[in-house]
Amino acid sequence: MNVVDSRSFRLAREEEWRRLDDLLVVCEKKSPKALSDEDLMALPILYRGALSSLSVARETSLDLELVTYLEGLCARAYFFIYGVRTSPGRRMLAFFRHDWPAAATALWRETLVSFLLLVIGTIVGYLLVVNDPSWYGVFVPTELAGGRDYNASAASLRQGLYEGSSQDPLAVFAAYLFTHNSQVAIFCFALGFAFGVPTLMLLLYHGGMLGAFFALYGSHGLGWELGGWLIIHGSTELYAIVLAGAAGLRIGWSVVFPGNSTRMAAAAESGKTAATLMVGVVIMLVMAGLLEGFGRQLVKVDGVRYAIGGGMLLLWLAYHYLPRRERFGG
Amino acid sequence: MAEYAADLRAAEAKLRRSLVTPEGVDLSLKLATRGQRAAAFTLDLIIMLGILIAFSLLALVGIFTAAGEYVAILWLIGFFTLRNFYFIIMEMGPRAATWGKRINGLRVVARSGARLTADAVIARNLMREIEFYLPLSFLFYRSSEGSADGAMWLLGLGWSCLFLFFPFFNKDGLRVGDLLAGTWVISAPKHVLGAELLSERGGQEPEYSFSDAQLDAYGVFELQTLERVLRDSDPEAMATVSWTIRNKIGIGEVSSDYSFLNAYYAGLRARLERKLLFGRRRLDKHDV
Repeated sequence: MNVVDSRSFRLAREEEWRRLDDLLVVCEKKSPKALSDEDLMALPILYRGALSSLSVARETSLDLELVTYLEGLCARAYFFIYGVRTSPGRRMLAFFRHDWPAAATALWRETLVSFLLLVIGTIVGYLLVVNDPSWYGVFVPTELAGGRDYNASAASLRQGLYEGSSQDPLAVFAAYLFTHNSQVAIFCFALGFAFGVPTLMLLLYHGGMLGAFFALYGSHGLGWELGGWLIIHGSTELYAIVLAGAAGLRIGWSVVFPGNSTRMAAAAESGKTAATLMVGVVIMLVMAGLLEGFGRQLVKVDGVRYAIGGGMLLLWLAYHYLPRRERFGG
Repeated sequence: MAEYAADLRAAEAKLRRSLVTPEGVDLSLKLATRGQRAAAFTLDLIIMLGILIAFSLLALVGIFTAAGEYVAILWLIGFFTLRNFYFIIMEMGPRAATWGKRINGLRVVARSGARLTADAVIARNLMREIEFYLPLSFLFYRSSEGSADGAMWLLGLGWSCLFLFFPFFNKDGLRVGDLLAGTWVISAPKHVLGAELLSERGGQEPEYSFSDAQLDAYGVFELQTLERVLRDSDPEAMATVSWTIRNKIGIGEVSSDYSFLNAYYAGLRARLERKLLFGRRRLDKHDV
């Protein structure tokens, strides 16, 4: 008698499961748009049917195959039904309209700390190199200096500021700068997990390198000119690095001091905000690469360089921090 | 042997995580094992490497043409995108898994059971930078600069391997990225429903009939092991199992192992399911 029950249970419902299975395959391989209206309407009903079959099967059937199949089917259907509902376009829009500035605003404390570290690094680097030029080699490795060291003449340094520093075509150079800087920024962010300490050190070191450059060019009376050379892309690039540092510090901080939530919950919360900001950082570094690759090689006047750099910074700050009206239901 | 079935059950329970749907049913998701995840990652690496090689070969052809500059840019951006966004883009899709994960039947889900958001996918994959690329770069650093300070190098490698082996230090097998994104990876392979083993009786007398005592020899664990043997239909395994069962319940030679086992399976399942309906799940033969 009972044999018939567990068998007929499967026989009666198997067709519905298979239909759900087929619909899910279509959704996963193509998209929900490939389904007809009728199928789309049937999907939640089939899903609930499969869930109730699973409950029944667990309590009445000892067919392992059946229970395993239903568990897999229900899990797939669950993640589809309750899964992502927004199209990539809408998600991008939401990112630029809300998520990115919101993430930047949420991390303002870390951004401030990160910025201060960079400034401290710069000042320390500058003072050390001004007092003893032999420190220069510590901050700027030879392969990075590319001849820009204390043996170089003022004329050759000046030339470097106004002529392309590289033989590569501009666009290739811009692409290289972008990929390299982005990788460093992502690294800076990821290292934040080690309690933020490596991120701190990277920021200080980066500042130190900046300070060392200023000390070198300053000693030849080229400080203002170096500023123009740097700021045109540097306002965007350094700001992006400060943000990446802030993102790293945030995750480091929340792992060490989770506050009222559990360590796991705090880490997950901060990780997601920081990751959103990191996407913004990569976009900023694309801009910085373009400014450095094209803008700097094409614009040779210091004043214009400062104007572009300063303007970019103001734009970013306004975009990130100006309070805006919350849109409800948007 | 008494512990064997219990051990298996405990191992299974260790991987199960409860997720109650809004409809009130516990899906009891099964976490992917570390081995499955390592296999998926290795596959992804091979795929990425394959794409990179094909892409580079194409670029190599293109670099000497007039559009060489654009080819170089494309290669740089392509490499960057592949390294950082292969995982992110694949896991943002409706299947929430890379090709390597799909082949292994895995997918990424949010630990809370809520939907998997884009920021979580980005967070979990950006952390690969320290989990995989950092130890890797330490290794390469060594090989490219033989004179690097040995002790410092070892220290760095050891430190970076802490991130690499992070999944071994927690019971959920979470990567650093999973931890920071609030996700975990579950095993949800696409399963094709096998045929029902209880065949149509069609009113005729069954070939074998078993007494209650004979059917009481085994429990659910043995029933499901028998189910697996029947589905695999390996003659050698069936002969061994058939011999063991016949020995235990006192039945002599049979003409066909398969039809005997099938009949015993039907009888045992009917009996155990009947007990189940009365609220008694007999876990295995030691469970009385």
